[in-house]
Amino acid sequence: MKYSYYPGCTLRTKAKDLDAYARVSARALGFELEEIENWQCCGGVYPLGTDEIATKLSSVRALNEAKEKGQDLITLCSACHHVIKRVNDDMKNVEDIRTRANNYMQLEEPYAGETTVLHFLEVLRDRIGFDKLKEKVVNPLKGKKIGAYYGCLLLRPGKILEFDNPENPSVIEDFIRAIGAEPVVYPYRNECCGGYISLKEKDMSKNMCNNIMDSAAGFGADMLITACPLCLYNLNKSGNGKLPIYYFTELLAEALGVKDEVKKEVERQ
Amino acid sequence: MNTEKKQAELMKEISGVNPLKCMKCGKCSASCPSFNEMDIKPHQFVSYVVNEDIESLVNSKSLWKCLSCFACVERCPRDVKPGKLIDAARQLVVRQREQDYLSPNEIPELLDPELPQQLLVSAFRRYRR
Repeated sequence: MKYSYYPGCTLRTKAKDLDAYARVSARALGFELEEIENWQCCGGVYPLGTDEIATKLSSVRALNEAKEKGQDLITLCSACHHVIKRVNDDMKNVEDIRTRANNYMQLEEPYAGETTVLHFLEVLRDRIGFDKLKEKVVNPLKGKKIGAYYGCLLLRPGKILEFDNPENPSVIEDFIRAIGAEPVVYPYRNECCGGYISLKEKDMSKNMCNNIMDSAAGFGADMLITACPLCLYNLNKSGNGKLPIYYFTELLAEALGVKDEVKKEVERQ
Repeated sequence: MNTEKKQAELMKEISGVNPLKCMKCGKCSASCPSFNEMDIKPHQFVSYVVNEDIESLVNSKSLWKCLSCFACVERCPRDVKPGKLIDAARQLVVRQREQDYLSPNEIPELLDPELPQQLLVSAFRRYRR
């Protein structure tokens, strides 16, 4: 099975490992991530103004390319997932934005939200299935107590992202069980790490990250996992260091026994 | 010409929000991770738009403390979307000439070796045009 794949700016620079672990894991699970050509940065945050068009076009280009290939579009980074899914919703359901964006695009056939956007975790849950994933695990991560850190971008707004229950999500916990570890549910798992605030307001980010770390450590986690490079950075940089934090794809590759292939994958990029 | 009235209309247009739907339950402020840092709290923000006191909003520190984490949007029982109103006020400011909250000249000092590109593009998009 082939999927169109949108890596995004940070997966080509500071978060190469998030990407490489996903690629080798996908191969082990029998699907392929086909990077779309000439993708452009999604902008990192969804433009909230209803009159914003130009800032949404990079997402529309990616969505249309997947449509032309007849493939679903996979994202890994929480921010890309958030932005591209919301722009896709605009293109499908908001006539004004659809018309004006298509005026810019001048496509042979206007884009109207036809592409299905999936986060990598949704592929594991809905296309592969956690039961199947469990069967493919050769190195179960027994005894590890892992806290899922969702943050904000994967979950909200729930009605548009349709990723999981925004207040009581379970997809990462189910993923943790599938790779043989034990999930730790803690109250701050869907609270914001501060996001872009950490650039200019380091103290604010520090408070938020410490709350998250303390909450997870207090409930017995010995590590956190995330899908977002900015969450990882903020928790490492601004948090109190109580817990290590990993990309979920690293643990996936480890459980599938393909972690060593990643070095070659990174060099290939 | 009543500029504040015009600006209030513009905010409603940019955000697509009808602030009159608010029933002042305060759930947005209770959910907000930046609550302590905000001079005008999310639920108050909505009332300021209703009262057309836009001057206070565009000068508010809250504009630069909001994380756009959508906790307020998700939890509002009346679908008012306070976070979108805050962004509209931010837009009123940064869409003016030389009113950016982040300048490229500041960036070198803020960088460190691990800092992800995602952080820069996100901050630029929220803090300037």
